[in-house]
Amino acid sequence: MKSALHSTKPVHELSICQAVLRQVLAVAAEQSARRISMITLHIGPLAGVEPDLVRLAFPLLAAGTTCEGATIWIETLPVQVRCRICATTSEVPLNRLLCADCGTWQVDIVSGDQLLLARVELLDETAES
Amino acid sequence: MMCDICGCAGGTDHFHVAAGKQVEVMRSMLHNNDHQAAHNRQHFDAARVLTVNLMSSPGAGKTSLLEATILALKGRLTVAVIEGDLKTENDANRIRAAGAQAVQITTGSACHLDATMVHAALHHLDLRPVDILFIENVGNLVCPACFDLGQHRNVVLLSVTEGDDKPEKYPVMFRAAELMIVTKLDLMAAVGDFDPTKAKRHLRNLANAAPVIDLSARSGIGMDSWIDWLMQQRALCLEPANA
Repeated sequence: MKSALHSTKPVHELSICQAVLRQVLAVAAEQSARRISMITLHIGPLAGVEPDLVRLAFPLLAAGTTCEGATIWIETLPVQVRCRICATTSEVPLNRLLCADCGTWQVDIVSGDQLLLARVELLDETAES
Repeated sequence: MMCDICGCAGGTDHFHVAAGKQVEVMRSMLHNNDHQAAHNRQHFDAARVLTVNLMSSPGAGKTSLLEATILALKGRLTVAVIEGDLKTENDANRIRAAGAQAVQITTGSACHLDATMVHAALHHLDLRPVDILFIENVGNLVCPACFDLGQHRNVVLLSVTEGDDKPEKYPVMFRAAELMIVTKLDLMAAVGDFDPTKAKRHLRNLANAAPVIDLSARSGIGMDSWIDWLMQQRALCLEPANA
């Protein structure tokens, strides 16, 4: 019982990399690819995930898999809000989600909370040699 | 020459000429967790159990709030608790002593709970008599906000001893709050410089319209508002029994 409720994952970026790796390996298997050369991620500052830690953690998990050596390309996206009152869209700091025009907090987030596996690039053994 | 991937001018470390087959995925990095969380939520809906994820820094008073809540609801609603902690069964023991079912998840070195851990814990809980299930997340203002557990509501606690600018420092966590509870209100005079109005303004600066309750589990201030909020959420989140 104890073991089922016991986890050994340290920082959450490591758990997130594990989740990405699992999905990428599934895509590779579906496409019968031998190697993954590049993984593109979209991460917004409001997602709570540090791109630098992802870049650091991913290779540790990918070692020995078809993802080993893959380039991790992370597109960090701007934080943008759209005002519900004056309809202005503005780029704002992540702890001041206020309309840059009229100052209200009655806004919707239009960008900044993304946490996406955008695309993967697959290689055949033949394409490599 | 342009980069084949994103159309930029290339250069530095990102210049990349596509050499292989591109597969568009465009799916959440936490797709598997989200899937498990949706499954947990179905479980809670079917059992008609309002599930509340409690998050805060360590020592903000989550367990004390739960003890007071179990006492306040005694004879009206049945509460159960899933406790997340790095080590020890201390909190689960406190909950059991207060008279509720509790399951302890010891996360070892993990800084947060995820949907799979909660699912595993559900196998050790009898949900049939339960009306409200609290998930006491690992004390941490960073990671727990990233992982959907299948809860109906996220509640974030901020104790007056921590400072009223915490929402500004931890925007990801406080943006997730659907209710913010300012705890340890009985200590406010001793602390001296905690301003509940400022704490609320920092929350609004995150475009978060969540209600705020000022509370002391020790003195009982705010407990009525908290219990009322829970009752409202039960009515909002759960289908009527015969519908």
